[in-house]
Amino acid sequence: MNSAMFLAIALLMFIIMIALAVASVRSKDLIIAAILLAGVSLIASFAFVLMRAPDVAMAEASIGSALTAIIMVYAIKRTKRFEDDDNGGGHQ
Amino acid sequence: MMERSLLQRSLPALAISLLIAGTIFLAFVEVGFGEAKVDEKDSVSNRYIANGTEETGSSNLVTSVVVNYRGFDTLGEVTVLFLAATGVGALISMLPDDKKKRKGPAPSLIMAYGGAVTIPLIALFGVYVFLHGHLSPGGGFQGGVIIATAFLLFLIIRPDRSTPHGALSLFESLAGLSFVGLGLIGLAVSGIFLDNVIAGFGNLGDLVSGGLLPLIYIAIGVKVGSELSGVVHSMRGDAP
Repeated sequence: MNSAMFLAIALLMFIIMIALAVASVRSKDLIIAAILLAGVSLIASFAFVLMRAPDVAMAEASIGSALTAIIMVYAIKRTKRFEDDDNGGGHQ
Repeated sequence: MMERSLLQRSLPALAISLLIAGTIFLAFVEVGFGEAKVDEKDSVSNRYIANGTEETGSSNLVTSVVVNYRGFDTLGEVTVLFLAATGVGALISMLPDDKKKRKGPAPSLIMAYGGAVTIPLIALFGVYVFLHGHLSPGGGFQGGVIIATAFLLFLIIRPDRSTPHGALSLFESLAGLSFVGLGLIGLAVSGIFLDNVIAGFGNLGDLVSGGLLPLIYIAIGVKVGSELSGVVHSMRGDAP
């Protein structure tokens, strides 16, 4: 792989990661926010493979995009799913 | 009035904390951190890169650092993970268990049958990753996490099934004990805790090679797998 192509793929992945993270922060539905964070971890594991750290990529893919997401979903199920509006009116 | 009694009740805990903190401070106050200057040629990382494969018998250099040179740090990491899992279990078991809320809808047909096909494959891949930790990327931690993912998929496709929480705790304790026991072998034979006493055993690159490293990675894999499965299990909310 030549270096220009490497740079293009890496930049694309970073842009997708930032976009997913911003969308996760802005989402009012907490389950969708957790799933978007799992997407950030999935792309981050691709980035680790590209940076030749397959050990870290394995841990990131399985912890970040599977276990963390499902633990957050279980925690959201115990509380409530939607973030309140700024004026105090909850959806639920 | 209430606050004073709270303070009085927490005085023994405060005293014990101060005692432990003082002991740790006295143990490390004599150590001069960062005093000696190390030459670039004699640095630790260069030594690992030059001699790691011969000294530990592991063709994966990351493994030789994580399990052999820095094996004691790995024991500390495993202890941290154990404390975290114990904390989650203790915290969750204090919550009231409402069985009505966690009974979600049954999984769809595609989810149930797809999961039934993929769970054995995921678990087998996890075992492969920690068995080949000294040969290929991955190791005990990664393999254990992959096994926990398979357990998680099982919890999703069979929400009504009761899970063997006692067996998980048993595997976790046995694996932790065998990690410390393998370290004590080194202490008994050569006087160094976690020393790889049979490093030259087997040919480099074979599955049976690397001395004690694969055995330690099997212990770490089983421990991490059962611990994270326990965390997911108690987060789901039917801890006994």
